[in-house]
Amino acid sequence: MAGSRSLMSGIGPTVDAVWRIEGARIVATLAKMTGDVGLAEDLAQEAVVEALRQWPESGVPQNAGAWLTAVAKRRAIDAWRRRERLDERYRAIAHDLATASDDEWQAIDDDVVRLVFTACHPVLSRESQVALTLRVVGGLTTAEIARMLLVPVATVQARITRAKKTLASARVPFEAPDPSEWSARLGSVLGVVYLIFTEGYAATAGDRWMRQDLANEALRLGRVLAQLLPREPAVLELVALMEFQSSRFAARVSGDGTPILLTDQDRTRWDHAQIRRGTAALARADAMGRGRGAYGLQAAIAQCHATAPSVEDTDWDQIVVLYEALGRLAPGPVVELGRAVAVSMATGPANALRIVDALAAGGALTGSHLLPSVRGELLARLGRTAEARRDLLAAADLTANERESAVLRAKAAALPG
Amino acid sequence: MKYMLIMRDSAEAVEASKDLDFEQIINAMGAYNESMIKAGVMAGGDGLAPATEGFVVDFAGEKPIVTDGPYGEVHELFNGFWIIEVASKEEAAEWASRAPLGPGTKLEVRRITDASDFADFADNEYVQKEAEWRAAGL
Repeated sequence: MAGSRSLMSGIGPTVDAVWRIEGARIVATLAKMTGDVGLAEDLAQEAVVEALRQWPESGVPQNAGAWLTAVAKRRAIDAWRRRERLDERYRAIAHDLATASDDEWQAIDDDVVRLVFTACHPVLSRESQVALTLRVVGGLTTAEIARMLLVPVATVQARITRAKKTLASARVPFEAPDPSEWSARLGSVLGVVYLIFTEGYAATAGDRWMRQDLANEALRLGRVLAQLLPREPAVLELVALMEFQSSRFAARVSGDGTPILLTDQDRTRWDHAQIRRGTAALARADAMGRGRGAYGLQAAIAQCHATAPSVEDTDWDQIVVLYEALGRLAPGPVVELGRAVAVSMATGPANALRIVDALAAGGALTGSHLLPSVRGELLARLGRTAEARRDLLAAADLTANERESAVLRAKAAALPG
Repeated sequence: MKYMLIMRDSAEAVEASKDLDFEQIINAMGAYNESMIKAGVMAGGDGLAPATEGFVVDFAGEKPIVTDGPYGEVHELFNGFWIIEVASKEEAAEWASRAPLGPGTKLEVRRITDASDFADFADNEYVQKEAEWRAAGL
């Protein structure tokens, strides 16, 4: 076996693959000993550098995760000895190194849970949460994260460094939240995962309509969380939502990268295996009998679309009901706008326009392309083409996504008169 | 991307496995499967019943001939598979190398094609039909 896996493509991609599989468990193990996620990540990083140096000669060890963990621990001891002063964090590692053998290493799921909650801790900014979660929970390299988030590698490194410093200076303990905080903290974790997903699903910036690799990472994180927290229906609801939405990936862009809207998508190109997985996940969440949360309701809406043979044969009445429930649970202008679209399909554009105009009158979504793009669509259906054109072009100016802007302009240009 | 890990055993390995504790094999395989489910990469898989239950359709002659075997020149038997969803060839290799398998067994790792592999033939009747079949759950 020695060296065999490195023959294919050099050691770098192999080490990346090992980190992807083992990174979270290695960092969780080290963080449990040191109580410090930042230090744990630094140590794990040193071990990865050592792997890049040694594995081309020695081959990939049989238990690569144990190897990396052991090297990281030894690095910690060396640093401790050099400093010649007692640091509790290192003493814990020294004790562990003296008592456990390399092969016994087995990460504990609870430690990975602690890692997830720490990486998404509310003291961190959203962008630090995203970067740290992708790095230590998702096991991505900073280069991969930078590529997916469309930012320079240095920016990702800075966000991760800032996150580690913030966690250290706020003395955030390496613990899962107390019962009193559990629900809010879980909400924060799921929010980070869904933010990663939506950034991939409907890229807000750049020349691409979506970034499937980023959305796939979010879905993988969701599946991992569902295994770690099997009694939390909200996790399964989020997984279901992401499965349904990503089932449409292949149908959402044409060959030249132009977005294809739901109405015009070839539904045979939806990934029906994913739709089945989404359905199963939502059913498992429902079976826990704790009622649907916001992700569950959104998943149910996505399921209505995913299982409908066409736009016309979609159960729009049901979607309106689901949006109403969502609006009670998580009120907001984007939900209200979604309800307006559903109402326009269920009972016609005039009723929907009243909802949209009420939103506009309230000053909601100012500066967002969403409101004028929906309003323009409704006006077009009502035959008020001059107003429709104005709103569609306004929406085209407001979106930062070049592909989406082009679609809106094309719609405006296609209006009669 | 999806990869299929195809388990191929030599006839000797299959014979030798009869002496192993089957419960131990189930436990080792179960732990391996669980590790892939926990990592969020497992997308499916199945084992195959013994080759002695199977048969061969041979296209050597003018008409296909169905026989009970033996498997002729085939010295390796296809005994099961996993489908995993991973980000790279290297990740597929890493998971494959963790399978609890021993001497006489190989895993052949193959990427599973998807619609994008047939993008140049999008107008083909059967490429389109296949999309419909998949949509219908066939």
